[in-house]
Amino acid sequence: MGGFGGGPMHGVMPGEKPKDFKGALKKLLAYLGNYRVALIVVIVFAIASTVFSILGPKFLGEATTELFNGIMGQIAGTSNGVDFSKIGSILLFLIALYAASALFQFIQGFVMTNVSNKVSYRLRKELDAKIMHLPFSYYDKVATGDVMSRITNDVDSINQSLNQSVTQIITSITSLIGILVMMLSISWVMTLIALVTLPLSAIVVSMIVKRSQRHFVDQQKYLGEVNGTVEETFSAHTVIKAFNGEQTALSQFEQGNSSLYNAAWRSGFLSGLMMPIMNLIGNLGYVICCVVGGYLAINGNITVGNIQAFIQYLRNFQQPIVQVAQISNVLQQTMAAAERVFTFLEEEEEVAEPSEADRVSTECIEGSVAFNAVSFGYSPDTKIINDFTASVKPGQKVAIVGHTGAGKTTIVKLLMRFYDVSGGSIELDGHDIRSFARDDLRSIFGMVLQETWLYKASIAENIRYGKLDASDEEVREAARIAQADHFIQTLPDGYQMVLNEEASNVSLGQKQLLTIARAILHDPKILILDEATSSVDTRTELLIQKAMDNLMAGRTSFIIAHRLSTIRNADIILVMDKGDIVEQGTHSQLLELNGFYASLYKSQFEDAA
Amino acid sequence: MLETVPAITDPEAPRQIDPDSRGVVEFRNVSFRYEGAEEDALSDISFIARPGQTTAFIGSTGSGKSTIINLIPRFYDVTAGVILVGGVDVRELSQKELRSHIGYVPQKNVLLGASIADNITYGSPDLEQAEIERVAQIAQAAEFIEEKPEGYDFDIAQGGSNVSGGQRQRLSIARALAVKPDIFLFDDSFSALDMKTDAALRRALATNLTDVTLIIVAQRVGTIMDADRIYVIDDGRIVGSGSHEELLKSCKPYYEIASSQLSEKELVSAGTELAGEN
Repeated sequence: MGGFGGGPMHGVMPGEKPKDFKGALKKLLAYLGNYRVALIVVIVFAIASTVFSILGPKFLGEATTELFNGIMGQIAGTSNGVDFSKIGSILLFLIALYAASALFQFIQGFVMTNVSNKVSYRLRKELDAKIMHLPFSYYDKVATGDVMSRITNDVDSINQSLNQSVTQIITSITSLIGILVMMLSISWVMTLIALVTLPLSAIVVSMIVKRSQRHFVDQQKYLGEVNGTVEETFSAHTVIKAFNGEQTALSQFEQGNSSLYNAAWRSGFLSGLMMPIMNLIGNLGYVICCVVGGYLAINGNITVGNIQAFIQYLRNFQQPIVQVAQISNVLQQTMAAAERVFTFLEEEEEVAEPSEADRVSTECIEGSVAFNAVSFGYSPDTKIINDFTASVKPGQKVAIVGHTGAGKTTIVKLLMRFYDVSGGSIELDGHDIRSFARDDLRSIFGMVLQETWLYKASIAENIRYGKLDASDEEVREAARIAQADHFIQTLPDGYQMVLNEEASNVSLGQKQLLTIARAILHDPKILILDEATSSVDTRTELLIQKAMDNLMAGRTSFIIAHRLSTIRNADIILVMDKGDIVEQGTHSQLLELNGFYASLYKSQFEDAA
Repeated sequence: MLETVPAITDPEAPRQIDPDSRGVVEFRNVSFRYEGAEEDALSDISFIARPGQTTAFIGSTGSGKSTIINLIPRFYDVTAGVILVGGVDVRELSQKELRSHIGYVPQKNVLLGASIADNITYGSPDLEQAEIERVAQIAQAAEFIEEKPEGYDFDIAQGGSNVSGGQRQRLSIARALAVKPDIFLFDDSFSALDMKTDAALRRALATNLTDVTLIIVAQRVGTIMDADRIYVIDDGRIVGSGSHEELLKSCKPYYEIASSQLSEKELVSAGTELAGEN
């Protein structure tokens, strides 16, 4: 074993860096501040443990010197041989020293693990709570995968780094200083020689790293390529089969696979060279130290035990240097992770709820909705709804029409308070919707959106999400009304079929039928229905509409409409263009107006097919 | 995974397609059930699709119409009955032979991470540039391809995320055309197109594919109303068949679909009384 205990230094990929190292560190330290006492214990015990273990070789050397002197004395006839009782007591002392060092290290590790896990527990808890309090606009900007990665990867890396790096920093620095002091106390000449060999190995290492880095980068690149090929082959499975592309796919994979093989073995070989070469240089250093040490010993300037101790220190000297180099990299990454976590925690939250006492109960809501001079913009400087007033009586059917991207869903988002109006108010049975608790308000609504939301569970469980205590029979009945029963029966495992993560094992239309079934089961006061354009075909659509008509009786409904029948039957049609409501009225009123709606209606429906 | 036995295997002595029945697709009392399902996805389906004709299937989501298309290139084997392609049971043909006669446009338009030209020639690697441009023209894709600075060398991202849904669909159609197949399978392949492109595409296909067998699964009546024979699928069964005009009169489910999509004028011009639904 050489002097390098830092583990294989695979290519040492340059890590990511925090934007504001100090800022992140300060915030992280604030979290650690609660555990000040524990941290002091950690530091004291880490230093003590290191110092104790550094003292070891020195005493071991004294035992050797004693042994050497005894034997030499016996040979020369000047003493009665080895003083075993003295050696014995030195060794006993050593055992106690090492035992104490181990004990301290154990205590220090125990306390630190405790602290770092408490910190990450608290971070995860705060992140989770934060998710619920963030406004919807935040999730418009940020991918959910990013948020997930904050909670899992980033917190995990903070935890790990606190757990290991903090103690490593203390022990490494203590070791470096301690060992240097011990070496100097033994012989400054030998210390000088040792220090000269260090840069030599650093140069060799950097040369190898430089060469192998290229192959490591290649390895990552080809690995990505091979993964991509596999993924593509998987997702394009039918196309590959249908066009007899099996051979092409195979040869493409083989090409990537062999490039990966080449890069991987080159990088592996080069980084494998590193250890032996560094050992060689290290060992050369030992040899020189031994020769010089022997010379000094002959001159009587040094004891044999001290040479042995020195060699041991030399072996231990390089390890903390490597560690410190690695830790700085780890610290950068940790601070980057901490920075992302704190940025997330500092995001602006949703407007607070009304207090319990001021809240309006949603129990007796009948479903009348009034928009009073509503204005709204996703950002303060761009208003997309300017001045919208309308009143909807309980049980009325409201159709929202307009071109794609006209902002039809904005109305829905405002109604459910995913966003708050910038001006004016929306009232439900005469109460401003901001006077309800958000959860209560949203439970009044039933939604069927084009973008379906299903999760990894059986089909029955997905439908039951609308009413958690629904019996199997109720679930089936809801599916029947939603015209989903037949297709569910034809699926492998029927109602018990488990949807996968993206629910890609059922078709788009089928997904929508499932969410309709869910809404039917939910039995809401106000319905919000985003009519399907292409994912549910017109025949299914027609059947669903019949079911929905029954469901809509006595319920206020908002429909983002595409179908003639819906629009004609609506009590109020809201016509939207470029985000604003440009006209409102019944079908015949709007046709008479001969404005935007009339032209939209003509272009969309009369020339159709 | 390495030990899973492939469910679809080639016959030991594969037969060749009968040249006299080239392009003919016939289902004889075909039933099909997905593994572990409680009910048949298709039951007792029989029809013949011939070269030079358009055979269309229409029906609700989950009715089983896509399954019919998937059985023809033998992605699955039937549970009962026989499927004949070119006069031969598909199980007696090698998969390679069978699929080389078929141009398949899937419901999900999967493109590969490669240039537009490579995507079009995926099933026919030796195709010349002029031919590539011709099929792109027919598929109504030439215009948007030529608008790109790289033209046919434009690199498609994996999965096709850097082109729109409608463009993906047209490239996918061009890819199927490039194979020069006897049999064309369109699985709901017009749904991402706007009405105008849909119509232009159908016109181009009609003039260029005069002697191939066209099998189309669709949701829009407009896409299939010119078909020689339309089959209406409901709950995995054929509930009606005939031309557009015949079905409007005789098949209630078909009328329901048509009336929700077509204008009154079109329904009336088909010689039908309009039910006073609205």
